[in-house]
Amino acid sequence: MLKIENLHASVNDKSILKGINLEIKAGEVHAIMGPNGSGKSTLASVVAGKEDYEVTQGKITFNGENIEDLAAEERAHKGIFLSFQYPIEIPGVSVTNFMKTAINETRKAQGLEEMPAKEMLKLIREKSELLEIDRKFLSRSLNEGFSGGEKKRNEIFQMAMLEPKLAILDETDSGLDIDALRIVANGVNKLKSADNATLVITHYQRLLDYIVPDFVHVLYDGRIVKSGGKELAHELEEKGYDWIREEINA
Amino acid sequence: MSNKYTEDDLREELKTKEYEYGFYTDIESDTFPVGLNEDVVKAISLKKGEPQWMTDWRLEAFRAWKGMIEPEWANVSYVKPDFQAISYYSAPNTKPKYDSLDEVDPELLATFDKLGISLDEQKMLSGVAMDVVIDSVSVATTFKKTLGEKGIIFCSISEAIKEHPELVRKYIGTVVPQRDNFYAALNSAVFSDGSFCYIPKGVKCPMELSTYFRINQAGTGQFERTLVIADEDSYVSYLEGCTAPSRDENQLHAAVVELIALDGAEIKYSTVQNWFPGNAEGKGGVYNFVTKRGICEKNAKISWTQVETGSAITWKYPSCILKGDNSVGEFYSIAVTNNFQQADTGTKMIHLGKNTKSTIISKGISAGKSQNSYRGLVKISPNADNARNFSQCDSLLMGNECGAHTFPYIEAKNKTAKVEHEATTSKIGEDQIFYCNQRGIDTEKAIALIVNGFSKDVLNKLPMEFAVEAKKLLEISLEGSVG
Repeated sequence: MLKIENLHASVNDKSILKGINLEIKAGEVHAIMGPNGSGKSTLASVVAGKEDYEVTQGKITFNGENIEDLAAEERAHKGIFLSFQYPIEIPGVSVTNFMKTAINETRKAQGLEEMPAKEMLKLIREKSELLEIDRKFLSRSLNEGFSGGEKKRNEIFQMAMLEPKLAILDETDSGLDIDALRIVANGVNKLKSADNATLVITHYQRLLDYIVPDFVHVLYDGRIVKSGGKELAHELEEKGYDWIREEINA
Repeated sequence: MSNKYTEDDLREELKTKEYEYGFYTDIESDTFPVGLNEDVVKAISLKKGEPQWMTDWRLEAFRAWKGMIEPEWANVSYVKPDFQAISYYSAPNTKPKYDSLDEVDPELLATFDKLGISLDEQKMLSGVAMDVVIDSVSVATTFKKTLGEKGIIFCSISEAIKEHPELVRKYIGTVVPQRDNFYAALNSAVFSDGSFCYIPKGVKCPMELSTYFRINQAGTGQFERTLVIADEDSYVSYLEGCTAPSRDENQLHAAVVELIALDGAEIKYSTVQNWFPGNAEGKGGVYNFVTKRGICEKNAKISWTQVETGSAITWKYPSCILKGDNSVGEFYSIAVTNNFQQADTGTKMIHLGKNTKSTIISKGISAGKSQNSYRGLVKISPNADNARNFSQCDSLLMGNECGAHTFPYIEAKNKTAKVEHEATTSKIGEDQIFYCNQRGIDTEKAIALIVNGFSKDVLNKLPMEFAVEAKKLLEISLEGSVG
């Protein structure tokens, strides 16, 4: 589904990604772990198409198509979803209105008619029940005054509504207590299918107890320096990132 | 389409936006030569067949105006108009009123079609009675009969001066006196036409009353005069909407609107204003110097709601004099400025009566190199026990070259008064746009979404059909055409 080859990217002429290779197939869950500043969030932003980042080398293909020249919204229309580490606020725009706009813009791009209001309401009811979200929450202004947990649940709700092919969860566990973490992880697990894929980006192993990855990659200084199964996450948790550093320098 | 979209691009895009309603209708007209003196004032009055008291009233205003100087305190800069280079009267030749649209100049109807406000549609869909003002003289009035059955008078001010002189004479200039300010004095001397509305005691006006203003003749200043009187315990919702054709030279507009809400009456006055703002270089555009004020007697209420997207310069402060006890004044405003537009707008809430209450919600949106100022006065007089005011002024900036300013003045002379003021300034951030993009919403739509969210509190106050038009205007004013 997603294939990243020798990806180099920089921001303000500072090189951050230095040759990433990664392939994610449908039905798989991948985790990328790494210390602060290793380039995890940059990787997520580059795949989503954030304009501040310049791809200097390599390529990203999504379902066989080179997506380098696609705008962020066009990538979204193709089924790439990013759950933000810090979701932004839009005062005066309700979660429902925002989702309605997002869904209809995506449908428009796909040459479909707007979703009838009745169908939209049904979808909202279905997904909010699936994720145990109080519907009163959906009439509040997007992320305005939301707690950390509410913001992350709202991200997962949007993911459920948009039904992406590839979901990238950027530090979804940050700022969550253990109960909120469990709810969010449950949501992600419920949305998993054989047709979609998930890329979990995290600093800590904790989240991976709930969202169990098929593959774990360690990102260090802009490169994937180690890949393995879920046990790699536990090993990292025990030995810390110093272990990786020593291994690389050895 | 490139995935790079910076604020620079946004700014570029705003600059290239064209004024959508820039066209010109050629209706043969009857125009005075330029210049202003007592003879011109008399000639206007004569042309309109006014009674002597009206001519005298105009002359009194003209004499006052001659001794006044143009105010300079507003946060705007412009070349002052040459008042001797303006023609003070211009009217379409087709003077008679029409019974049906078939009789109206087809070119005029085509103009309205371009604006998307065809009379037919308006009549059928919204039940709105329209008093259409084109170049100062009313040419079409509809629904007059329905209104007549309830005793409601809705006509041009010229007609009212002839047919209801007792009402006009009693109320004109009582809220905005002739010598109130420079532009009000000028308007009082030379006003060409405008609207008049009277709602009798206890009558709830069954439909929204609507007037569309147009400035249409090159080099013609337009001086509208509006007088709305809501008698005891009556209710009226009045809509005023404006667009104007594109012009190279500046066009002066100095209107006066007076609202009178007698005991227990309520007036809701909504404006959507979209006059030519000048081109991307700041050339041309309408100068909009307006005096709008209402007076509330006991238990009366006046609400001003305005969406301002046009004009090169806006100088406008719809105000409420809360004279009667328990009276209520409200001001809801969205002011959009782009390119080189300058707006200095706000309100005055003058609390005279006891338990009077006022609310001010102002939303300023600035883009391009424009300057957007809120200027408001809340005055609590010594007798206004338990007066309450709440003001909220929010500014939204797009790009780095525009400005937003807030000048709130508060004068509280009664210890029981409660005055609250809140102000915020925010910027449409690239992060907000990227977040929307990531959810599949393109930048143009994202800006519309953010701006509409920002303006929601005010848009909600507009009558439904007007709100739709206002949203459209906001999008036209700020979006341009993203590829």
